[in-house]
Amino acid sequence: MIAALRKEMLLQWRTRTQLMAVFVFGATALLLFSFGVGPNSEVLRQFSAGFLWLGLLLSSTLTLAESFHAEMENRALEGLLLLPADPRVLYYGKAIANWIQLTLLGAALVPIMVVLYDAGTSRLFSLLAIIALGAAGLSAPGTLYAAMTAQIRAKQTLLPLLLFPLIVPALLASVKATSLLILGDPMRTLGSWISLLASFDAIYWALCGLLYGRVVEE
Amino acid sequence: MAVDAEHISRRFGRRWALTDISFQMPRGSVMMVAGPNGSGKSTLFRVLSTVIRADQGRASVAGFDVKTHRDDVRRAVAFLSHYSYLYESLTARENLQVAADHAGLTRDRVMPLLDRVTLAARADHAVSTFSAGMRKRLSFARVLLQDASVVMLDEPYAQLDPDGFALVDDVVRDLKSRGTTVLIATHQIDRAQKLADAALFLDEGRVRR
Amino acid sequence: MNNRFPRLPYVLLAIGAVLFLFGSWWGLFVAPAEVYMGEVQRIMYVHVPTAWNWMLAVIFTFISAVVFLFTSDYKWDARVEAGLEVSSLLAFLLCCQGSIWAKPTWGVWWDWDPRLTSVAVLLFAFLGIVALRNFVDDAPRRAIWSSVATIIASVDLPIVYFSVKWWNSLHQPQSTPETVSPAFHLPLRVNAFAILFLMTGFIMLRARIASMRLANEVAPPPLVEAGEMA
Repeated sequence: MIAALRKEMLLQWRTRTQLMAVFVFGATALLLFSFGVGPNSEVLRQFSAGFLWLGLLLSSTLTLAESFHAEMENRALEGLLLLPADPRVLYYGKAIANWIQLTLLGAALVPIMVVLYDAGTSRLFSLLAIIALGAAGLSAPGTLYAAMTAQIRAKQTLLPLLLFPLIVPALLASVKATSLLILGDPMRTLGSWISLLASFDAIYWALCGLLYGRVVEE
Repeated sequence: MAVDAEHISRRFGRRWALTDISFQMPRGSVMMVAGPNGSGKSTLFRVLSTVIRADQGRASVAGFDVKTHRDDVRRAVAFLSHYSYLYESLTARENLQVAADHAGLTRDRVMPLLDRVTLAARADHAVSTFSAGMRKRLSFARVLLQDASVVMLDEPYAQLDPDGFALVDDVVRDLKSRGTTVLIATHQIDRAQKLADAALFLDEGRVRR
Repeated sequence: MNNRFPRLPYVLLAIGAVLFLFGSWWGLFVAPAEVYMGEVQRIMYVHVPTAWNWMLAVIFTFISAVVFLFTSDYKWDARVEAGLEVSSLLAFLLCCQGSIWAKPTWGVWWDWDPRLTSVAVLLFAFLGIVALRNFVDDAPRRAIWSSVATIIASVDLPIVYFSVKWWNSLHQPQSTPETVSPAFHLPLRVNAFAILFLMTGFIMLRARIASMRLANEVAPPPLVEAGEMA
């Protein structure tokens, strides 16, 4: 498992310029959202959480797909499976690496959100926790579907097509929770949203790990 | 028997890539597998190394059935495939280290192996800068890393220069002297014949007698 | 699919059609109008049975996917294929019915009702899997992948439902044409069975088509005897 993680982190470090590019993509998306809505600060602030997560979601399609590019160009994944390496371990290694990457991306987009939408919060630690949980929700099924779609033709369209309906609960919960942090939580519902998000994460990290072997092996 | 194949058949869609392949290899022997392009050599190797499954027939490698004891077979086999199994953005050294880590082996074998395949000078260069011949050597090193009892080489001479040819011959002789069973798929029949104890000729997925 | 009763799906479709006509006629013309909502509420006679059957179709597809992963028997993949499409069709109908009801009642086409929204999400999820099937030519891989995707999407359904319900509960009251008093039970049940028969007939036919295509792709062409060159 450590071996898998080490490799993933090394690969990510080597391709870190791509992460920079994806960040710019995400930031641009946030900018475009505000153009879509109009220069009304109040409205922008209200929807800031939604924009942040939509931006992160769109960016995730890029990073998730990219994470399998290295595995497929020379069939390196097959090479590892033949050593033999346990597919479940490979899955969790990749999913964790993607999770870290998405969390970093999300955290990097926060300042953009603060500036563009005048949407900040003093509870930064909670915000980071929510971003981490939400990113975990994207990463688990995302890594599985990225592995699938990396092996076929229409990879760019199919990954979002498969992933987006699936992560609706994670998206709702993340947006709601982030929104409560920014706009205030008079009825103290933050905890329930975080529980929902955590449950989604737990279920999918378990389920996708179980199914991964069938997806990458013949 | 190190390798025992019985009536192996495999198809892709409606085309049978392998039909009724049967053969045996005693431990420590070297067998050459030859045949025109598309004759099924790679498919056969992929079945025996458990990358894909046979549709019919059974096979055992290193005493383990390829269908029921896949992981045991994988532990015993090192496979040099058409695909290099390399990560482009990692260096030669790192690629071998990743393989060693995942196979549960120590990293100190890595440098000596790079030496053996004369890539020591480029150990810390990214694979993306390597020529085809260098990648082949690196993949070779990866195979040797695994200390397998059965080694399958799919076109080991491809993309190599004359020095590389000599290296392959050297390595195969070395492996043989250590009792490793070796399968070589190749077009270089003359070269391989000098190393091999036996030969299998394939044509259109069948054994040609 | 077993073809021991080749006419069975057609029989089911015929019975289903007749029942549906009867049930709908009853619901539309004979049953009394509901006190508060009036004539619009009559759509419930179609909507509720469709919803029940949609749920059944989804469960059927999910179970077929699980069984396929365990048995690798392609008839279950044919059932997954049929189930995906029929569930999607029913889901689409549900959304349309929901909109038809919502517009006169609430003034908007879509009111984010948790149940209907979950249906919509699963509709998109299943359509995605249908698309996936179209892009994978290799039959074994296609079957395994769509079963995996179906399981993942189906497991999500209850989670989606709860999350949308929560999300919406802060803004709007529940709104579906659900209130039923005993006088209305008969047409509802008749239609429920009607749609059940129709749906089963369609699934059987669709699975049969899928099976035939799979038989062509998966069952091997005859293996010529060793010694003869093909």
